[in-house]
Amino acid sequence: MPAPSQTGIDEATLVAQSREGDTVAFSELVRRYEGKIFRLAQHVTQNREDAEDVLQETFMKAYEHLDQFQGNSKFYTWIVRIAVNQALMKLRRKKTSKTVSLDETIDTGEDTVVREIAAWDENPEQRFSREELGEILDSAIQGLESPYRSVFVLRDIEELSTEETADALGLSIPAVKSRLLRARLQLREKLTRQFKRKGEDAFAYL
Amino acid sequence: MLTCKEFLNEVGDYLDEGIDAELKVKLEKHITECPNCWVIYDTMKKTIQIYKGMNPCAIPADVEARLMRALERKMADKGKVGAD
Repeated sequence: MPAPSQTGIDEATLVAQSREGDTVAFSELVRRYEGKIFRLAQHVTQNREDAEDVLQETFMKAYEHLDQFQGNSKFYTWIVRIAVNQALMKLRRKKTSKTVSLDETIDTGEDTVVREIAAWDENPEQRFSREELGEILDSAIQGLESPYRSVFVLRDIEELSTEETADALGLSIPAVKSRLLRARLQLREKLTRQFKRKGEDAFAYL
Repeated sequence: MLTCKEFLNEVGDYLDEGIDAELKVKLEKHITECPNCWVIYDTMKKTIQIYKGMNPCAIPADVEARLMRALERKMADKGKVGAD
């Protein structure tokens, strides 16, 4: 019987086959998630070279420790945890630079700052090409401090749950929520400068 | 009536639909009465949507090639035989 195409096979089957030593199945898992893991690694490390290291280390470790994967979470969530750990280790090694440590205490008090209050166009993204939009969104994320960036990337880009994000970053659920709120407020500010409706500056009432 | 500050503290959970019904009513009342908070809520919702809508770009071919080579070495080291 000819081997069926791997692309239609569900994740659990591919994981089971990989654990049996099926390298083709594992390669298919890699192809499914390499783009997301590379993006995640780039967002967290903010460095392409480091991101490539993280990408390789993540799938190597996943392959090595497949027998430790419990199967009670999704495979993707499991590799995200590995990737986040690898990426954070890279950041910590560079701690002498201006990178803020994830462990640093964050003041969640007064500066949930809102300066820009202006409505956006209905479809602001249509004003820009796909590349331009990608650059705007990436550079806004790069402007966030590391603790906010990691939480935002996991929650709103990789779409992990609050619990999964807390688990992956070793944070409490309230800490995830408050950092996420700060990240979203800051990004909203930055994007408003790009996306606000023309002539909408006078809209600030506060 | 909620203050704007109270609204801002809860807007994240409101967007994630992680709040109880009673608080939800208060938040909804606030944004119908406060145009600034409505704009903040609406633009924050759009911020999240726009990021969620971004698909990852295909990874560069050279990066993928190096990844696959590294994995092949690893797989060979582990001595596992492909099942195909």
